[in-house]
Amino acid sequence: MNLRRDVFQAIADPTRRAILMLVASQSLTAGAIAANFDTARPTVSKHLAILTECELLEQEYNGREVYYHFNPKKMKEIADFIEPFRNMWDDRFNKLETVMKKYKAKK
Amino acid sequence: MERKTKIHAEDGKQEITITREFDLPLELLFKAYEDPEMVEQWMGTKVLKLENKKHGGYQFETTDPKGNKHGFNGAIHEFIPNKKITRTFEMENAPFDVQLEFLEFEQLTDDTSKLTMHVIYRSVAVRDQILKLPFAQGINMAHNRIQDILSKLK
Repeated sequence: MNLRRDVFQAIADPTRRAILMLVASQSLTAGAIAANFDTARPTVSKHLAILTECELLEQEYNGREVYYHFNPKKMKEIADFIEPFRNMWDDRFNKLETVMKKYKAKK
Repeated sequence: MERKTKIHAEDGKQEITITREFDLPLELLFKAYEDPEMVEQWMGTKVLKLENKKHGGYQFETTDPKGNKHGFNGAIHEFIPNKKITRTFEMENAPFDVQLEFLEFEQLTDDTSKLTMHVIYRSVAVRDQILKLPFAQGINMAHNRIQDILSKLK
């Protein structure tokens, strides 16, 4: 449960969300990730450490370089938790749309 | 299917934002909230009271498949047609405190519109519990179904 809460904390931060967006398309080194932000390099490293700790990012060693890549499984865990709530509202709103379209047609 | 309804819930905050774009003109979207008959149809609830005005109140009642009645109600603080409704929402006989809701209605095109629901809960804990409700109910339902199947096997 603690781990799960950490995952939520991890994605609550806008810089960390931006990092996830970056590495979602390709694996990158810490330097390449940091180059995308105005924030100081140690700050980016800290964000990377948090994302790695809660398994949203995975490290891959390639010679002397460390590449970060995205772990979609962990991201799905977060989505799974909110998903039933989102579905409930989606169903309700779909119904609203259907009811109002029928009403419009009748007019 | 396209994900039309979006939920934004940041960890450690006592609020959520629900957004949805509709294939409906703004006036029709708003009517779905304003007209008791429409509310009854899409929410599948009985509207006992709906006073669309500042300092008005509303009271709805749903009946679940087992025939149990569930009431919810609230006070309306702001009612601006085709634009905004500010209200409180309270589930009756539930362990949750009242929540504050800001509903904003926007026109996107002549035929499409957007609803943004900003909901504020009493605490982070209450928010998380309410977010987990459908999740927990899903587990319960699956559990009940298993029990049904098992009892038939006996």
